[in-house]
Amino acid sequence: MYVYDEHDRQILAERVAQFRDQTDRALAGELSEDEFLPLRLQNGLYVQRFAPMLRLCVPYGMLRSDQLRRLARVTRDYDKGYAHFTTRQNVQLNWPALEDVPDILAELAEVEMHANQTSGNCIRNTTTDQFAGVQADEVADPRPYCEIIRQWSTFHPEFAFLPRKFKVAVNASEHTDRAAIQVHDIGLQLVRNDQGELGFRVHVGGGLGRTPMVGPVIREFLPELDLLTYLEAVLRVYNRYGRRDNKYKARIKILVKALSPAVFAEKVEAEWAHLKDSPTRLTPDAVERVKVYFTEPDYQAVPDQSDALAKLRFEHKGFDNWIAHNVETHKHPGYALVTLTMKNTGTPPGDISDQQLDHLADLADRFSFGEVRVTHQQNVVLADVRQDELFELWQAITPMGFATANLNTLTDIICCPGGDYCALANAKSIPVAESIQRRFDNLDFLYDLGDIDLNISGCMNACGHHHVGNIGVLGVDKKGEEFYQISLGGSSHHDAAIGKILGPSFAREAMPDVIEKIIDVYVQNRNDEEAFIDTYRRIGIDPFKERVYA
Amino acid sequence: MPNIIKLDGSVHNDEWQVVARPADGESLVVPEGPALVPVDLWLAGREHFADRSDIGVWFEGHDEPETLDGLVNELPLIAVNFPKFADGRGYSIARLLRERYGFRNELRAIGDVLLDQLQFMKRCGFDSFALREDKDPAKAARCLNFFSQNYQAATDNDTPLFRRRAS
Repeated sequence: MYVYDEHDRQILAERVAQFRDQTDRALAGELSEDEFLPLRLQNGLYVQRFAPMLRLCVPYGMLRSDQLRRLARVTRDYDKGYAHFTTRQNVQLNWPALEDVPDILAELAEVEMHANQTSGNCIRNTTTDQFAGVQADEVADPRPYCEIIRQWSTFHPEFAFLPRKFKVAVNASEHTDRAAIQVHDIGLQLVRNDQGELGFRVHVGGGLGRTPMVGPVIREFLPELDLLTYLEAVLRVYNRYGRRDNKYKARIKILVKALSPAVFAEKVEAEWAHLKDSPTRLTPDAVERVKVYFTEPDYQAVPDQSDALAKLRFEHKGFDNWIAHNVETHKHPGYALVTLTMKNTGTPPGDISDQQLDHLADLADRFSFGEVRVTHQQNVVLADVRQDELFELWQAITPMGFATANLNTLTDIICCPGGDYCALANAKSIPVAESIQRRFDNLDFLYDLGDIDLNISGCMNACGHHHVGNIGVLGVDKKGEEFYQISLGGSSHHDAAIGKILGPSFAREAMPDVIEKIIDVYVQNRNDEEAFIDTYRRIGIDPFKERVYA
Repeated sequence: MPNIIKLDGSVHNDEWQVVARPADGESLVVPEGPALVPVDLWLAGREHFADRSDIGVWFEGHDEPETLDGLVNELPLIAVNFPKFADGRGYSIARLLRERYGFRNELRAIGDVLLDQLQFMKRCGFDSFALREDKDPAKAARCLNFFSQNYQAATDNDTPLFRRRAS
């Protein structure tokens, strides 16, 4: 993965000094609450329900073992010994003290970590597919482009005070979209044109939140080297014309819709005409320099282990389940992609203790070239595991709580921290996730149900991506009481769709029963191997409505 | 009057008077001495100002730099108003005035101008800053210079880091 050079290190060191100065001035009363707010947010620092929350950046989800160990140490020394993986591939600390934050940042900077632009009305962390670089059907590795965007967007002087936050995602697989690019402010799909040249299909104006939208395509093919000048044109049009009078109408999706995608695209093209040949245009050398950091690790020439694995799977049912659900095909023979699930019933989805962080670091060093990836489903991937070491890995992670073989099933729930932590939340989300996990505790039944995305958000801000869950749950406040609204039919994949609201909301105690009824309708109506989302699309929402509200 | 900060952090008195937009039905009254008038009113009455070398303009966030195409260097000073510091339109306006329309004279940030925004304003082509009166001008130099280099190109440096790394 990317390693800092002296320029990156210097810029980060200067940033740490700057934030220390800003914090000192805030504590000394020289900055008002309002004035400090965007400064601390652009450094990932929220003032939350019980304590500040610090969101650390994990650029496009990649972490090295030394970074994991440092995170573990920071959670021990400055927090309560645990951290939380977010739905945008970042990590959050829930209990740091405001005055400690500059020291935390200094410790993290030593391992090339920071909290830059993890919040605020600026360009946020660029996200991508957790299987980038190791899957067979990839157009090109998206990570070098994510890193190029990271550098360009870091402290961009023109775009530090946008109308609203701005999120970019890049996807490279031809058949899947694990980065959910169509629900981002800008979604970039790597493609090749008819001449075989590399470039991007550009979606602009997707998003979740109060007004969920699937982002329309505003350019079918953007040549690779034009990436940054084009992004600059999109951002400039947004910065000048995005609404600033109403924060709920300030995202770029509202501007794109108001102008129409075609007119918005024309405005971008007109701006881009001035910028496309500027020095911001990438050079082949510049791209190559970053690509060098994402070359293949030192794979051993080992054959696929189908026979040996088949034998072990036959002998150990738990291993068999785990291989079937949490392990995927690697582009390199003899290797496998392993997802470590952070979805143990009883632990909030995405939460990880300091000890587990240290374990992860050891696992990364022992089994996967010292690197892990965080997924937007709040799990962690070891991307380069030798197949002949899978059994040993499975035995090692089972007692650590990373081997729950429920990946992509109903209980692999995406869930925001909700009312237990977050000041914005209308309702708690973690107890809802837990009650559903407890109700559906039979793995064989879960496997029979197949892939179902169940996403829970504690408020309209949609950090739990409820709109694009096959089953979405949204916490709402009704006269001071917490209720939950259900939507069905959402998807964040290539067939992206926003879910439809089922009907009136439910009390928290009713949620497991309601989910069970929805599942019953699916089981009774599905054809053969039909997935939940396909059954829903075939039969529509009414059979679900009739059953749930009967 | 606010303190005027220059790029080197030095502090100066403000010589320029910002003339507010007249209410509906009233006409623009231009005072003696250096004055900044709303850009659209300057455009509408350019001939009236032809004999004054001490008249500049000021922009609101919705004013379009495109309207000054070919005219910018008739003005000794252009100011861009930040109605609230969190309103970032002025950064784009500044870059366009400098980079697209070739403005060479003084470009000043006015309005809700605080210390921590100076670094961004400087990079976007501002070379003077009417620091809000309650802010300490002695801290401006430090806040202008937290960073010794930057990743991306902007008005102050048209060579992004990826091109500097290559050389």
